[in-house]
Amino acid sequence: MMTIYESAHANLSFAETNAERSGRIDAQKISIHLGQGKAAFEAVQSVDFTIEPGEFVCILGPSGCGKSTLLGALAGHITPSHGSLTLDGEAIKNPSPERGMVFQHHTLFPWRSVVDNVAFGLKMRGVNKTERRAQALEMLKLVGLEDSAKRWPSQLSGGMQQRVEIARVLINKPRLLLMDEPFGALDAQTRLKMQQLLLSIWGRIRTSVVFVTHDIDEALFLADRILVMSPRPGKIIEDLPVDFSRPRNTELVTTPEFMRLKRHCLELLNHEEGRQLPRLSPLGLPPDTI
Amino acid sequence: MAQLTISTSPAKLQGLALQLGSIALCFAFWQVAATQKLDFGLITFSNVPTPTAVLSAVVELIKSNALWPHLTSSLGRVFIGYFIAAFLGISLGLAAGRSKRAEKILMPPLELIRPIPAVAWIPLAILMFPSSEASMIFITFTGALFPILLNTVHGVEAVDPRLIASARSLGASQSAILREVILPGALPSIFTGLSIGMGTSWFCLVTAEMISGQFGIGYYTWSSYVIQNYADIIVGMLLIGLLGMGSSWLIKRLGESLTPWYRLRK
Repeated sequence: MMTIYESAHANLSFAETNAERSGRIDAQKISIHLGQGKAAFEAVQSVDFTIEPGEFVCILGPSGCGKSTLLGALAGHITPSHGSLTLDGEAIKNPSPERGMVFQHHTLFPWRSVVDNVAFGLKMRGVNKTERRAQALEMLKLVGLEDSAKRWPSQLSGGMQQRVEIARVLINKPRLLLMDEPFGALDAQTRLKMQQLLLSIWGRIRTSVVFVTHDIDEALFLADRILVMSPRPGKIIEDLPVDFSRPRNTELVTTPEFMRLKRHCLELLNHEEGRQLPRLSPLGLPPDTI
Repeated sequence: MAQLTISTSPAKLQGLALQLGSIALCFAFWQVAATQKLDFGLITFSNVPTPTAVLSAVVELIKSNALWPHLTSSLGRVFIGYFIAAFLGISLGLAAGRSKRAEKILMPPLELIRPIPAVAWIPLAILMFPSSEASMIFITFTGALFPILLNTVHGVEAVDPRLIASARSLGASQSAILREVILPGALPSIFTGLSIGMGTSWFCLVTAEMISGQFGIGYYTWSSYVIQNYADIIVGMLLIGLLGMGSSWLIKRLGESLTPWYRLRK
């Protein structure tokens, strides 16, 4: 039970002594163009931000504003057309297990059992079968799914699938956890539970998190800081600190301060309302639209 | 277990009875038509052997051991041709499915060759290959290649790009993506191709054997016609059907046992 936590803590203390490997993001003048020819457009326009090591940042914005595109660039799936994007000073060029990505709909391999899905990253690093299964089981315990280790992903509920997905990403001990509306497809009750679970995991394995959502409540409940984006071309229109004390519980959402911030966010988003844009993906445009 | 209980339910039994009854009715019609030597003008049963004559021919054939060389030659040809087709079809299919460039180079000539039926290949195959054995294997190969190739391409192209992106984010190299994501993802479709390809390779083999064989089920069927053993024609036909169906079924079962997750998928 303790090995993962211990190694996570070991990583953490390692990170503290080596500030350059700790999960700091620096984005300068990032612009991203999608599409080709006449259909080309600017999805993200000259965006600047930094994320401190261990910080939980939500990117909040309406559908199609380019927030998922920006996340795709952080993951290394999309290359920005301008600007510089670095993690601990290294330029982000390709996808890497250092920057784990969780999609809105799970991407578990249907042909691998739950435990082997979680162990996938270790397999890619050449860890032997016994060792990687043992570690994967520890990780499954962390998300409360050790009893489902031998099942196929399709036999799990949507919420369970996302928990496996999170475990599969965290086993690589990423410096950065990227989440693209990961609970967006879940029912309200499950979504609340998942948000609390995510905060409790993040409390134990302190990695930087960038969490994309269009749900104001979700952003306020989870984040240390919210980057609010405008619709296309996506720009950051506000960098909003969220100072609620942690650990947070569901009572928070009814406090006056929460309501005040929520109203503020609503005004920011309403201000930019008017156009309904199709949802973008962190992998760029779907092939049929290119 | 659930399937077992379902298969013994009254509705299923009734269905089974209907299916068996239908087959029995066909045999009954055949028996009557052949013994009465029914002549409908356009089609005549006067030279068609009766089912009972066919049955005794089957018994004769099994007793005489004459079947064995025909069976082994046919099986040998199918397996060689089929395995070459499976190997080439899957590897070319993976290449064409993965790379647009490979697809543009490989697919146009293959699409051009694809509609040419096996029979049309026979004269050229005889001219091109040193032995009739090799030309028959080639014909078998052409039959199996295209269903395997096209289903592999389709299967590879249908793999969810998000799964590939996730694998890359989890540290998979290009070769690991092929091994861990593309191949298992395309496997159900590859097995569909393998199963169809098994059927078509029998189909093509028999055609080839009728023309240039010395042994084999196709040759046996055709020579039975030449020497006027009409009951043996039907024995040959039934054998072809059984072998084609049986080997396709084996491939399908193999596919199911290798992709147990596939049945559960929504």
